[in-house]
Amino acid sequence: MSEKVKVTIDGITVEVEPGTSILNAARQIGGDIVPPAMCYYSKLEGSGGKCRTCLVKVSKGSEKDPRPMPKLVASCRTGVMDGMEVENITSPEVIEARKGVVEMLLINHPLDCPICDQAGECHLQDLSYEHGVEKTRYEFERRTFDKIDIGDKIQLHMTRCILCYRCVYVADQITNNRVHGVLGRGDASEISTYIEKAIDNDFSGNVIDVCPVGALTDRTFRFKNRVWFTKPVDAHRDCPTCKGEVTLWYKGEEVLRVTGRKDQFGEVADFICNTCRFETKKTSDWVIEGPRHIAKTSVISSNHYEMAKPLDVIKHNPILIEANKEEFERATKI
Amino acid sequence: MLKVTETEQVEFPAAMISEFETIVQRYPEGKQKSALLPLLHLVQAEYGWLSTASMDRVAGYLDIHPIEVYEVASFYTMFFLKPQGKFVLEVCRTGPCCLVGAEKIMKHIEVTLGVKEGEVSEDGMFSWRGVECLAACGMAPVLQIGPDYTFYENLTEESVNQLIKDLKNKI
Amino acid sequence: MARKLLLEHINVPGIHTFDVYRQKGGYRSVEKALKTMSTDDVVEEVKKSGLRGRGGAGFPTGMKWSFLAKPEGKARYLVCNADESEPGTFKDRHLMTYLPHLLIEGMIVSSYALGAATSFIYVRGEMMPQIRILEKAIAEAKNAGFLGKNILGSGYDLELHVQPGGGAYICGEETALIESLEGKRGNPRIKPPFPAISGLYGCPTVVNNVESIAAVVPIINDGGDEYAKIGIGRSTGTKLISASGNLNKPGIYEIDLGLPVEEFIYSDEYCGGIANGKRLKAVVAGGSSVPILPANLILKTLTGESRLMSYESLAEGGFQSGSMMGSGGFIAFDEDQCIVRNTWNFSRFYHHESCGQCSPCREGTGWMEKVLHRLEYGHGKMSDLDLLVDVSKKIEGNTICPLGDAAAWPVASAIRHFRDEFEWHVTNPSDALNRNYGIANYADPLPKLEEIS
Ligand SMILES: Cc1cc2nc3c(=O)[nH]c(=O)nc-3n(C[C@H](O)[C@H](O)[C@H](O)COP(=O)(O)O)c2cc1C
Ligand code: SF4
Ligand code: FES
Repeated sequence: MSEKVKVTIDGITVEVEPGTSILNAARQIGGDIVPPAMCYYSKLEGSGGKCRTCLVKVSKGSEKDPRPMPKLVASCRTGVMDGMEVENITSPEVIEARKGVVEMLLINHPLDCPICDQAGECHLQDLSYEHGVEKTRYEFERRTFDKIDIGDKIQLHMTRCILCYRCVYVADQITNNRVHGVLGRGDASEISTYIEKAIDNDFSGNVIDVCPVGALTDRTFRFKNRVWFTKPVDAHRDCPTCKGEVTLWYKGEEVLRVTGRKDQFGEVADFICNTCRFETKKTSDWVIEGPRHIAKTSVISSNHYEMAKPLDVIKHNPILIEANKEEFERATKI
Repeated sequence: MLKVTETEQVEFPAAMISEFETIVQRYPEGKQKSALLPLLHLVQAEYGWLSTASMDRVAGYLDIHPIEVYEVASFYTMFFLKPQGKFVLEVCRTGPCCLVGAEKIMKHIEVTLGVKEGEVSEDGMFSWRGVECLAACGMAPVLQIGPDYTFYENLTEESVNQLIKDLKNKI
Repeated sequence: MARKLLLEHINVPGIHTFDVYRQKGGYRSVEKALKTMSTDDVVEEVKKSGLRGRGGAGFPTGMKWSFLAKPEGKARYLVCNADESEPGTFKDRHLMTYLPHLLIEGMIVSSYALGAATSFIYVRGEMMPQIRILEKAIAEAKNAGFLGKNILGSGYDLELHVQPGGGAYICGEETALIESLEGKRGNPRIKPPFPAISGLYGCPTVVNNVESIAAVVPIINDGGDEYAKIGIGRSTGTKLISASGNLNKPGIYEIDLGLPVEEFIYSDEYCGGIANGKRLKAVVAGGSSVPILPANLILKTLTGESRLMSYESLAEGGFQSGSMMGSGGFIAFDEDQCIVRNTWNFSRFYHHESCGQCSPCREGTGWMEKVLHRLEYGHGKMSDLDLLVDVSKKIEGNTICPLGDAAAWPVASAIRHFRDEFEWHVTNPSDALNRNYGIANYADPLPKLEEIS
């Protein structure tokens, strides 16, 4: 066993395995100081680094080399060093940069939450409530794409995509035949199959679970209901293809959809197969375990958008109060 | 002169396949995907653009998924995913060229050829577009014409007229 | 007249052929290195020379080489960056067109120093003619025993290949270049790991600019100390400057680093002054990515010293009043040029070339372009100026690769130095469409040719 290394994030020290990323170290601490992550997905190799929402400041590189890092770094792709000190919500610079990133992510996002199936479990929605600015300064037409069906189970609504690349990694790493990818370049990039093709593979449905926004959605669930009117229940079955451990989303007696079991960071515990996801929607198919606990900060947890209370760490420092002013104001308004 | 359409199957000429073979040998075992860009250039030089069928063949040749070829072809601006004119005039439209009149040259080409940027003339002969810096700023304004990417420097309206005339006579 | 190290024989007829190049003393450095020097000696010599990367970042080449990991049983690669796409830069094209053997000679010596058995020259796809020239030259060199197995009986083997790009500025960024060379989209990698540890095919890799590689030839021939005598301070040696824009004699010049900017612009040995008898308004000194400076600040620093063509002097004053050496793309603007239009043009370039991987650059470059377009076409608002500065700040430093910074700097610096011209575009939209703001108070204070000997 290798020696653990010590890292301090927003004043809280934790010991982690060497090679752990700052983000995962923060997740071990938990709570307010965990940087948001839109593109990183711990179960997908090579993911992360792209969305830039998880930027943090490294104010001390390590015990050996205490120099601070010159720029903010993506915490999801930066490894910890022994003695490293990191500032996340205690750094006004980080908060300002994150606000900027969220604004960038939103300028071309349609903000069609009222009609989006992802509403209520959308990470971008959570992110913009927690870290965004109130009003967009973008006054140009937003980028749009046509909706397309990739096969009869999955719909792609590219307009909403934030190009996290997670679905591409899923196709590369857990299916054996990737037929969709990122086409084009710059802000004209899009997730596409180029020519009309169905994504057809035992595990293809997982692209829906990893999508942080409503770009890839379950066609078999569409328009049936809003997420927050459904009741999540953990269940399992004996599945020859996958582990068969899922969450069933009920409305009354009816199973509306089946997903992987997501943790508080929105990541599934195990990828599930398409049979479990799309074909087995009767209660009798499943052994019910009990209701699924949903993380408190998520907007799903209540039937209205409730702002999390001011974050503990920043309550007493005047500079941080100033930096977080907008969030406070919004919180008190609601 | 376009030999393939979207639905057709393509057979690459034997000479081209043998060129493929030489190229693939440059790379270590298992890294044949490195040959993708050089191969796409060869295909485009032959057919004038990259049809889905031809990209699928390249994918088959390199033993990679077709989507990997589409991803690459759509990333790089030199590759045409639609049929073009026989001669594509690519004029540099970036800062240094504009300082010495590239915008006027583009306007002149548009009027002379009678086609808008990105469109193909009725006889299928010409298309033109603005491209980003061609690294010839000292000889500005400049344009290039594929598939050999012959270079024309220090353009004036007269030299453009002459060039278009020469190209028309070439066929 | 300054001594030419790279372009000495450029006017010799037939110098692009192996025979003429060899007659003129070509490939001596290969003989010297392979026969009389160890690989470490070569690296040491390059370190001594103080050579700094000519591709833009100016990182000391010898140091970069010494960082290369050398794990057992793994190949190492040298990749020459000939993707030259930075607006205002065209020196690599010049070198490859006229002196292909100089680059090949440099590649052999550098590959030897790094222990690479296969090396690549990644040339931007648009330079198809240069690719053909290089391929031909490589065949000649191979024929003469300078490439292939057991070069000059030294036991050293090297294969050299030319790889075409496909039209993407971002592939000049070294990790994007490596991705592209692997046949993928040119998305820059997230660092670490750096290429020196894990680059091409996951192997240790060095990426160097064409000019950096070419400079290794005189360094080995004459010795690193000799090379370091040229130049000033930490800016050693000679540098190719690509001069473009409104100059009497645009073109490629090999200068000793430390030459006064004023002499470079106005003396007949170099650019010969501003074209058509006009006055100088502004200069972008190191390729489109570096901050633009008004005439008065490019000729003299804030402290009143004359500005020199060196890494340090061009950067003096930081972002407030300085710029950067960059890749040496020297773009001169005369009094009739519109800074707003040019800033929009550059901004469109970065928008067009962003790979689209990370959100600040993907979305921010397009946003800046749209705002600048609106300003240029007379629909701007006063608040747009602060908006632009703010958006540029939100991009800068928050991206995966430096393209984000490169997109932000020209905009921020143009507004910093030419704010009144931007404001005039807002307050006089109809005028702005019909005429230029002119030189105003950026006037070149010293347009006197005769003062320079
Ligand atoms: C967006 C971007 C574009 C670049 N383009 C080039 C280029 O065209 N040619 C080049 O030599 N270096 C370019 N560079 C710099 C390279 O990343 C790298 O620093 C250089 O090739 C290293 O070589 P050197 O040390 O010899 O300068 C670029 C960097 C960035 C961030
Ligand atoms: S900064 Fe721009 S070019 Fe660089 S990785 Fe990010 S999106 Fe791509
Ligand atoms: S989660 Fe780290 S950059 Fe997206």
